[in-house]
Amino acid sequence: MVLVYSEDKDITLELLSKGSELTESLDEELSAVLIGEDDPDQYIRHGADNVFVVKTDQETFKAEEYSDILVELMKEGEDEVLLLGADKNGQELAPRVASKLDTGCVSECTALYVENEDIITERVIYSGKALAVERFDSKPAVVTVPPKLFDPLPEDEERSGELIEKEIEVSPYPSKIVDIKEKESVGVDVESAETIVSCGRGFDNKEDIEIAQELANNFEGNAVGCSRPISADLNWLPEEHWIGLSGHKVKPRLYIAVGISGQIQHIAGIRDSDIILAINKDEDALIFESADYGIVGDLYEVLPKLIEAVKEKKT
Amino acid sequence: MEIIVCAKQIVDVSDIKIDDKTNEPILKGVDDKISDIDKNAVEEGIKIKDELGGNLTVLLVGPSEATENIKELLAMGADRAVMVPWDGSSSYDVVSKIIAGAIEKIGDHDLILCGEASLDLFSGQTGPRIAALLDLPQITYAQSLDAEDEKIVGHKDVGGKVVSIESTYPVLVTVTKEINEPRLPSLMDILGASNKPMDVWDAESLVSDDLQPGLETVEIKGVPMERKKIVFHDDLDESIEKVVEKLAKEGVLG
Ligand SMILES: Cc1cc2nc3c(=O)[nH]c(=O)nc-3n(C[C@H](O)[C@H](O)[C@H](O)COP(=O)(O)OP(=O)(O)OC[C@H]3O[C@@H](n4cnc5c(N)ncnc54)[C@H](O)[C@@H]3O)c2cc1C
Ligand SMILES: Nc1ncnc2c1ncn2[C@@H]1O[C@H](COP(=O)(O)O)[C@@H](O)[C@H]1O
Repeated sequence: MVLVYSEDKDITLELLSKGSELTESLDEELSAVLIGEDDPDQYIRHGADNVFVVKTDQETFKAEEYSDILVELMKEGEDEVLLLGADKNGQELAPRVASKLDTGCVSECTALYVENEDIITERVIYSGKALAVERFDSKPAVVTVPPKLFDPLPEDEERSGELIEKEIEVSPYPSKIVDIKEKESVGVDVESAETIVSCGRGFDNKEDIEIAQELANNFEGNAVGCSRPISADLNWLPEEHWIGLSGHKVKPRLYIAVGISGQIQHIAGIRDSDIILAINKDEDALIFESADYGIVGDLYEVLPKLIEAVKEKKT
Repeated sequence: MEIIVCAKQIVDVSDIKIDDKTNEPILKGVDDKISDIDKNAVEEGIKIKDELGGNLTVLLVGPSEATENIKELLAMGADRAVMVPWDGSSSYDVVSKIIAGAIEKIGDHDLILCGEASLDLFSGQTGPRIAALLDLPQITYAQSLDAEDEKIVGHKDVGGKVVSIESTYPVLVTVTKEINEPRLPSLMDILGASNKPMDVWDAESLVSDDLQPGLETVEIKGVPMERKKIVFHDDLDESIEKVVEKLAKEGVLG
């Protein structure tokens, strides 16, 4: 069996798409796991042969209890593959489950396929400088898959499948969620953006990010991105904008890095950009080593002029 | 409070070059160091120890030469170190079993601290794996921690939400780099570190299981990134004009 689970519905649909490809080569069944309340039939319509609908007391995601649930589910079958989403929840869930099942785990795969009946994965290592190709010698193969790596299958109203209800009681752990604060979400999607203007520590304050937005506004499908400190240290932009090794990986046609030094952890997120333009006042900044075009200058001087020049060129 | 910080020695990834001929990353001659976030974990451990009292042990499984880098963590303020030389499989299932075995041998542990992920492979597997092996609760990606005698609360960012998780001890916590600014040891601290105890334990003696790796590395391929690197640094107006010209030619001004 190939089992897929993510707390995030969109990722689950993407996992089902990859899962159905794997089940074909492995001649296996594809099962989705649903923990909590949602519509299980949508998973059938998107490729699952059956859905385990798990009833549990656990109200919200917690890695400890959810791993025990998955382990309990997997005790029954001869499972080949467990696909999980590589969001933060999936990233802490996968190794915990893998460890309980005494098996290997690959986090954030970039490719996954069957070769001579072996499960093979690829993932990026050394901050994007290399790709590791790994083969599972243990079962099940636990793999986390980043959001948007695979496109969901088109919805098929005709598909039918089985819903299997499971009551799984797990003993609670001595840890509990005591507070959840929603942060403002702006709904930007840097991963799909065609042009990204990205802000680094070169910006003096939060309000000035408006200038980056103004430049971005001249492009179709634009988004403002940022380096980790702008989001994680300074809280000037929500996590959705954060680009790099520990943030979003982007592939725009044009990436404009403004006031970003070009540390390898930032570059890890922008390697697939078509064209990279860097603006930095330090002519020795590392970012120029990773850029196609560079302008040495103070961003506060460069950006207003660049905005004018872009506007002019387009008319 | 008995605190254990797990630290990994890694290659400095920014130093890695790709061999043009073989297309493999060249690791020979690349400097090694303690993975950056593990220093944040040590720093956090020291702060908690200073406040609540106790002992801080750093634990490293890896190449025997790592003893040099471990001294830096002792200089920061760890009380002692445990080093388990290991040049076998780096598969996460294997390494975490050795670490868990070493933690059991250390004995008392209230708080186990790890980095959110190591900077070379960036998997973030080891923390949750150790927690599972020792059947402990886990708080991952902590951006801040409030430790008290009986319980600890960790706050983390989970895609648009800040989630706070509370646990009693023992617990495993992984920290992010934003949690603190690791201290730089003084010369006195560095000299003092040589007098702190460092135990060296044999990996095989720590694990009863066979150490069959669950994953085999088939190949490591370099991913070169070719960029034009055309940098304009003279007259600003001229630079901007040229860049806009180039972008238009590339067809990305739309
Ligand atoms: C585990 C780990 C994961 C990480 N993940 C990520 C990640 O996903 N994404 C990420 O971005 N980073 C990540 N980092 C952090 C990364 O190592 C760098 O610290 C970070 O990218 C630096 O951000 P920055 O370039 O904005 O700031 P800085 O390094 O401070 O650079 C600021 C730049 O702005 C320039 N500048 C200053 N003033 C001006 C001006 N007026 N006009 C023009 N230029 C100016 C300076 O010359 C400098 O080059 C990670 C680090 C670790 C340890
Ligand atoms: N060989 C090791 N020895 C000690 N601690 C380790 C080792 N490998 C990983 N860790 C710990 O686990 C964290 C996450 O590493 P990783 O799973 O490689 O991303 C690191 O930041 C360390 O705290």
